[in-house]
Amino acid sequence: MMTETEIKAKVSRLAEEEIKAIDHEISLLPYKKAGVIEALKIIQQHRGWVSDESVEAVAAYLEMSPAEVDSVATFYNLIFRKPVGRHVILLCDSISCYVMGYDKLYAALKEQLSIKFGETSSDGRFTLLPNACLGCCDHAPALMVDEDLFRDVKVEMLDQLLSAYK
Amino acid sequence: MERPLTENIKTGHPPLDLKGYEKTGGYAAVRKVLQGMSPADLQQLVKDSNLKGRGGAGFNTGMKWSFVPMGNETRGPKYLICNADEMEPGTFKDRLLIEGNPHQLIEGMILAAYAIQATVSYIFLRWAYREAAHILRKCIDEAYAAGYLGQHIHGSSYQLDMYLHTGVGRYMCGEETALLNALEGKRATPRAKPPFPQVSGLFGKPTIVNNVETLCCIPHIVNKGAAWFKSLSLSEDSGGTKIYGVSGKVKKPGAWELPMGVTMRELIEDHAGGMWNGLHLKGVLPGGASTDFLTPEHLDIKMDFTSVASAGSRLGTGTLVVLDDATCPVGFVHNLQRFFAQESCGFCTPCREGLPWVEKVLMSIERGEGSEEDMELLHMHTRLLGPGNTFCALAPGAMEPLQSALKYFRDDFENHIKNKKCPYN
Amino acid sequence: MPTINIDKIPYVVKAGKNLLEACLSLGLDLPYFCWHPAMGSVGACRQCAVKVYKDEQDTKGKLVMSCMENAKDGMFLSVTDMDAVAFRSQIIEWLMTNHPHDCPVCDEGGSCHLQDMTVMTGHSYRRFQYKKRTFQNQYLGPLINHEMNRCIQCYRCVRFYRDYAGGTDLNVFSAHHHVYFGREKDGILESPFSGNLAEVCPTGVFTDKLLKDHYTRKWDLTTAPSVCHHCSLGCNTIAGERYGTIRSIVNRFNGAVNGYFLCDRGRFGYEFVNSLNRIVRPLVRTRAVESVDDATLMEELRKLIVSQKLIGIGSPRASVESNFALMQLVGKENFYQGVTEELAYLERKIIDVLQSGSLHSASLKEIELADAVLVLGEDVWNTAPVMALAIRQSVMKTAAGEASQQLGLPVWQDSAIREFIQDDKGFLANITVAPSPLDEISSTHQHAAPDDIARLGFAIAHLLDPSVPEVTKLSEKTEQTAAVIAEALKAARHPVIISGASCYNEALIRSAYAVATALNKDGREVGISYVMPECNSMGLAMMRAPSIDGAVKRSSFEHDLTLVVMENDLYRFMPAKKADQFFRSFKNIIVLDSLNNQTTERATLLLPAATFADGDGTLVNNEGRAQRFYQVYSPANPNIKESWKWLWNLNVLITTNSNGLEYHPDGLLANLEMTMPQFAGISSAAPSRDFRIHGEMIPREPHRYSGRTAMLANLTVSEPKPRNDADSPMTFTMEGYQGIPPSPLIPFFWSPGWNSVQSVNRYQNEPGGSLKGGDPGKRLFEQRENAETIHFIDSPEAYAAREQKWLLLPRYHVFGSEELSATARAINELAPIPAIGLSFRDAAQLGVVEGSIIRLQTDQEEVLLPVKIQEGLSDGIVLAPAGRSETMALKWGSWVSLKKHLT
Ligand SMILES: Cc1cc2nc3c(=O)[nH]c(=O)nc-3n(C[C@H](O)[C@H](O)[C@H](O)COP(=O)(O)O)c2cc1C
Ligand code: SF4
Ligand code: FES
Repeated sequence: MMTETEIKAKVSRLAEEEIKAIDHEISLLPYKKAGVIEALKIIQQHRGWVSDESVEAVAAYLEMSPAEVDSVATFYNLIFRKPVGRHVILLCDSISCYVMGYDKLYAALKEQLSIKFGETSSDGRFTLLPNACLGCCDHAPALMVDEDLFRDVKVEMLDQLLSAYK
Repeated sequence: MERPLTENIKTGHPPLDLKGYEKTGGYAAVRKVLQGMSPADLQQLVKDSNLKGRGGAGFNTGMKWSFVPMGNETRGPKYLICNADEMEPGTFKDRLLIEGNPHQLIEGMILAAYAIQATVSYIFLRWAYREAAHILRKCIDEAYAAGYLGQHIHGSSYQLDMYLHTGVGRYMCGEETALLNALEGKRATPRAKPPFPQVSGLFGKPTIVNNVETLCCIPHIVNKGAAWFKSLSLSEDSGGTKIYGVSGKVKKPGAWELPMGVTMRELIEDHAGGMWNGLHLKGVLPGGASTDFLTPEHLDIKMDFTSVASAGSRLGTGTLVVLDDATCPVGFVHNLQRFFAQESCGFCTPCREGLPWVEKVLMSIERGEGSEEDMELLHMHTRLLGPGNTFCALAPGAMEPLQSALKYFRDDFENHIKNKKCPYN
Repeated sequence: MPTINIDKIPYVVKAGKNLLEACLSLGLDLPYFCWHPAMGSVGACRQCAVKVYKDEQDTKGKLVMSCMENAKDGMFLSVTDMDAVAFRSQIIEWLMTNHPHDCPVCDEGGSCHLQDMTVMTGHSYRRFQYKKRTFQNQYLGPLINHEMNRCIQCYRCVRFYRDYAGGTDLNVFSAHHHVYFGREKDGILESPFSGNLAEVCPTGVFTDKLLKDHYTRKWDLTTAPSVCHHCSLGCNTIAGERYGTIRSIVNRFNGAVNGYFLCDRGRFGYEFVNSLNRIVRPLVRTRAVESVDDATLMEELRKLIVSQKLIGIGSPRASVESNFALMQLVGKENFYQGVTEELAYLERKIIDVLQSGSLHSASLKEIELADAVLVLGEDVWNTAPVMALAIRQSVMKTAAGEASQQLGLPVWQDSAIREFIQDDKGFLANITVAPSPLDEISSTHQHAAPDDIARLGFAIAHLLDPSVPEVTKLSEKTEQTAAVIAEALKAARHPVIISGASCYNEALIRSAYAVATALNKDGREVGISYVMPECNSMGLAMMRAPSIDGAVKRSSFEHDLTLVVMENDLYRFMPAKKADQFFRSFKNIIVLDSLNNQTTERATLLLPAATFADGDGTLVNNEGRAQRFYQVYSPANPNIKESWKWLWNLNVLITTNSNGLEYHPDGLLANLEMTMPQFAGISSAAPSRDFRIHGEMIPREPHRYSGRTAMLANLTVSEPKPRNDADSPMTFTMEGYQGIPPSPLIPFFWSPGWNSVQSVNRYQNEPGGSLKGGDPGKRLFEQRENAETIHFIDSPEAYAAREQKWLLLPRYHVFGSEELSATARAINELAPIPAIGLSFRDAAQLGVVEGSIIRLQTDQEEVLLPVKIQEGLSDGIVLAPAGRSETMALKWGSWVSLKKHLT
């Protein structure tokens, strides 16, 4: 069990605005710990990923143990427990995009960024991840870069498409 | 032909804001109900309209609501949850409704919440729908500002809060009980039933989970009545229209609101413009990745719950995925099984250990390394990963396309094994 | 009671059970993993599938998980149905796809539930041809080993560690077929119940790390029913030996006491038995060559005792037999309890309460089933860990019980019930001196000085029964707390009040009594429970002998006495100077003990005493339950004997007509019952030594015991004759009765097809229920109709901090506070660094900070220790670690002075 002081030390790793955001989320919930997913999202928004230190900080703040927090964090595939690049490419690899040939896009991206799924380009610019159906199967193949969705993507478009992300 | 759900959706244009929505008659239903319709009456109305859940299970919505304890016999708040996790591969109908006419959904949720006297409601939206999230946030604020949400909704004693929760991945979050765990900040593993969410749901309180499309129907039922809603449908088994979709190598992939019960042929040949030149239809997943294949000889069946079921599949989400004769069915099914294996929550043995095995077997067959014994293994898994054998419906859903593929495309599998390579590339 | 038809045969089963429990209690073999009798069902592993039919006509049926289905009257099911059989063996094949198949090098091998279930389902041929997934293992501390590749994801470990025991540092991570069970990173498991993981895990993921140091397969162990010697609860254990050393301790189910679980002190504290510090031969210090042969020894002994004035000092960690034998040797008037006057006084009060017959002394099981618990003063978590586990269950079960009412669901629907109750809990008021892990699950907790806790107790009693005098000058806060607690207790049907001796405060013991008595009406079933300091404190205190101080006094005026000290290091009870002086006043000192300590150094004649592992005896636990423990092996070294045996030999030297008299536990106990009626019934705690089943004795070794003819071949080629055990109806071999013995005589749990601990099902009336023929032990206190209540209800003065003086109280810890276990390597590693606990304000006042050295002075002695700031500790109280060499003889409950130590 952690002492007051240890808890304070860990919580101090959270930034003002992170705490404000987390406080807002838990104010809407009957139990503090129910806000853990929101808290992890907030951390990831601010820091790009969720480090062990962040897990401990969130745990301390929500009066949970790091194990409890990490148990949740590691379940969800869009909580990044490893550092990611400045931009994250989510390439849909589900059925409609499969039929419409997402594999060509994957091949091209592998080629251009010389990274495979789950890897980050050496310049730290892109992390490439597969993602389940993006819900625009009528415009397959599709991919997302950070928060932006791209539909009916063709290999030729990739250069220009990626150039927007420095 | 009436298109209540989509008539006010203009693709390419931003959705109606609250004022605009009200101009089209929006929120009239909320006012009507608050002015003198009891929750019981509303439940009855929806029951009579024969609205069946659009999330896949196809259960009568009014009936589902009626299991919620009413009156003061309940402890603590009740919850209404909109299931907008839409992660069923091949499915893109809910996105259209949310991004196209968000207030219609919000109004539907207010009505549903009122029908069960819920005081808190959540929209569980999948992470990938950024645009939808952005729109919904704005519209929920508008609704609060206009007094459709919050305390004393339109002067009544009824109060309702609404929150947007965006997920962080995992297909399982769409399963209604796993969704509850996700909302509670837990791992999205499913819950045992009984108790059903209607009795012990979110935070142990009575809860209803409904799909986006289901909820979007409610305002129209309230406005135009149960009989009208029934009359929209071409088939007996369910009232209303349905958002159908077609993806794959068709000329005009897309989604359309049509009377419940149009035929598959109409969808593929008229609305989707038929197959690409030179390609032929080989198979169809009628309702997303976890439904059984149908084949060209099924083209004339009605796309409603009973007809699709009698043809050996499920209406599911009503969004068709088309398999053409130039795409390898084994690769196709392998893609599906890889998805399901990845998305298993890992709680129960058959799904956690069975699906990865199936995936590996299909992979080796596709690579031309398969054997006759592999076929037996696949068959065995389709038999043993059935409903009831696993904890939830994910694994059984995963087996539906596989078992039907083994039935309809057996030769393709055999060829891979005999010729030790994939004949399609 | 419902009748269910299994494979066309009707059976009557207990209502409210699930089909799996029903089948198991009928003795049917039905495999399972995730279900656990103490933890209920979650339906994760899908191993327990059976066919259920709509009615007699239905031939198709439907597979269901038997652990998730209620046994309903008139239902039809099949265990042998082909589909069910096929599915169950398929589950194993699935689990085996990634299992390493490393049984030969796996510690679980031979007692592995996964092995048993694999054989039971008949799966044998591997069809999975792909790479297995593999995991990294973690370092989990000195007690538990981690081998994640063997995991079959049954979720039992988390469900025990987190849900049942309240641990927070073990969990499940990741998803799909990557789910991982462990800590968030390497590190020592924090829960003092972590050892149970080794028994809860159905395979070799979590295993006993100490066993690894001297590994032996279950079937190669000689085992005996034993009783834990490391606190006053008397949890039942099975100790296993090979080659003359203890290899492991595992839980021995006792439905009324420890149930399925032990604490880590009990499970891993045994290593003192194997320690190099054991006393192995008699020593006569007056001789040039101290170690002597039997003849000389007897000669020397005769000199020391025949026609000498003897006084004897007993021990709270020695058996009833040994203490009684000592009393017989020296005579009642010369026998002294080996504890301080303060302690003896407290224990006398407790005995008064329990012997008065006016209250029911609660068993651990009853605490588990209590619907409201009040703890007054006792740091249960550290002084009686398994009781803390029982309290946690009471808190959880009360909420679960209500939930199951409202939902109409059985309580064994574990996750469904948890999802419904969320954070609701039953009532626990935990009132202690310093914060305790139990505070987290308590409805009310408060930290105060012992006197104030007692006053709170009396205030509660007054609210429940106005005839108890009102407590004056209570703070508003205390009055509110009292009201809240009184209300909750009033509402309860079977509340339990818990206190104990560890605060060295007599008023506490009375206040607990007062509350319990005040509640004891309106058809309430009230339980009271006092935690005692040592494993046989109760048994010793029941003899009502004077304390050490009596002996000290006598030594001051009577000379040329011979002192006999038995299994007791008096330096734990007296300041060194005082003890030295005490010993100096004797011409001759005979000491019997198992480990060398300061006292044994003072012996003129030293005798090697047996431990629980190589001796028999009876302990009386805090409930008043007499329980027999049996030697696991008879030591190769003939010098090692139970104290009672040695003492009897001495007795024979002096009593002229001793022959004919028994010197077995049976005889001793019978004799005890005659001399001391308060022990009536104690000899019925276990079958007598001549008990036989079909003329056969009970074997300590399973019939698969191997190497018997070979294991000693390096010493002698001929197989040595097995030693026989004259003291019990058990053999040291594999020969004997192969069936289920009477519950006090169960040396190991085994049943055909059930080699793992899960075989305990076969020994119970129903899974999780009491053992066949009743749970072991004989209660020596029973509530009596119209027993008159004792009248001590005057409450103490309010506690007031004093100028420049601090109230000295002991701070206990699961690891390190108890004498014998503290010498075990692993336990020692886990014991906290000794430190002085102070409140923030006192530390500030003394000008010390965390870590600075402080000098603690009593009238007798002084110690230097680092400061540990104690959140929630009242001002004016100082906590020093209990039972540590640095502090063991401090005068607890006295006022001491503190100074910052200037270096
Ligand atoms: C694995 C799995 C995933 C699911 N995903 C979704 C989903 O994304 N959206 C949805 O509305 N229902 C989904 N469902 C169905 C829901 O469990 C639930 O039946 C539905 O939301 C009920 O809403 P309805 O009654 O309006 O159809 C899923 C079911 C399973 C077993
Ligand atoms: S079928 Fe089992 S493992 Fe699969 S998702 Fe459902 S509960 Fe989880
Ligand atoms: S024991 Fe029944 S599902 Fe695990």
